[in-house]
Amino acid sequence: MAAMTLLPLLFDTLLGLSLIWLAWRALTSTDLFQAIVLFIAFGLLMALTWVRLDAPDVAMAEAAIGAGLTGALLLATLARLKANNKTKSAPEKKFSLLLTLIILPVVTGLVYVVLTLPQNTPGLAILVAENLKTTGVTNPVTAVLLNYRGYDTLLELAVLLVALLGVWSFGGVPKPHEAYSGPVLNMLLRLLIPLLIMVAGYLLWVGANAPGGAFQAGSVLGAAGVLLLLAGWQLSTRFAELPLRIILVSGVVMFTMAGIVFIVSGRQFLEYPPSFAGAFILLIEAAATLSIGITLAALFLGGRPGLRRHK
Amino acid sequence: MNNIYLYSIVGAGLFTLGLYALISYRHLLRKILALNIMGSGVFLILVALASGETPDPVPHAMVITGIVVAVSASALALALVLRVQAETGKAELPEESLE
Repeated sequence: MAAMTLLPLLFDTLLGLSLIWLAWRALTSTDLFQAIVLFIAFGLLMALTWVRLDAPDVAMAEAAIGAGLTGALLLATLARLKANNKTKSAPEKKFSLLLTLIILPVVTGLVYVVLTLPQNTPGLAILVAENLKTTGVTNPVTAVLLNYRGYDTLLELAVLLVALLGVWSFGGVPKPHEAYSGPVLNMLLRLLIPLLIMVAGYLLWVGANAPGGAFQAGSVLGAAGVLLLLAGWQLSTRFAELPLRIILVSGVVMFTMAGIVFIVSGRQFLEYPPSFAGAFILLIEAAATLSIGITLAALFLGGRPGLRRHK
Repeated sequence: MNNIYLYSIVGAGLFTLGLYALISYRHLLRKILALNIMGSGVFLILVALASGETPDPVPHAMVITGIVVAVSASALALALVLRVQAETGKAELPEESLE
């Protein structure tokens, strides 16, 4: 019996220590490439941690976005930095006593505050569970994201869009990727892309009553886009202008419109009547999935398609 | 529920490690890594405190939002790093002495 209760604690301790160790190695290793690979491993262990903390929705988002897409973005940037710069960078700063002395009180304060917080309070869990029937979905996380706290999600989609606008404002695609698309990668892509699209559709649909949803589905679509870009695939100029932009804004537009529609019947912005809520949430999520996926792939591309950056 | 304490402390530790690296390293890519790890620490504290007999879905949703915002911010920051390198030839902040 003792072993049964001790084993999870042992696992948690091991996981926590690995997280700290990986973070430390990722931040201090002299080789940046090694640092990024360690950071990706760190993201995967974070996903495992979310599962241990009963947060499967967060785990999926972390594995796809936190580890996968952030890692791909970092590696692509590192490759571009190295391609433009042949000089070796100066050695990094060594251990600083002053900084440690400044940070030490911050840690102590942080740990103290966290440990004195009330534990095991139900928080809003009861309130969420009681009103779940009116939201149109049965997965509480989707209910919070798309119904209770629709503002957060709407503005989050806007943040994604603004980040892309920021990246686009630097000009065109920095440098075409050295297209390495051998027969193996080509064949693999032909098998993987339809599968990824199907998985995205499944995650979108299942998000209403099980872990999943627009963000997880969108990031799987984004991963498909990144794979295509890595294989040297290019967006036809016919689609690079207006059609691309329409898809990019469709998430925000659909969300805003769904929020406005019921104002005429005397409801608040983003308040849906319970009988329509399920259908509306699916509609918003479908548009959001598409625009999240395309936005993430466009962020990976790193510039405005159809516009070459001058030398 | 010992793992609430355990993971909260790990979260605080990650935040601190990230803060230390953010200040002490000059390479911009390293600073972005540090910011991401600080963010992970904050997320870990949020979700750890929300777990228990009935996990609270509100912090879970907030963390999912946070992860997406973090990747957007990182992508913009990485584009800025490339721009800094194009302008100055280096992806690092200039060396400054405190004296």
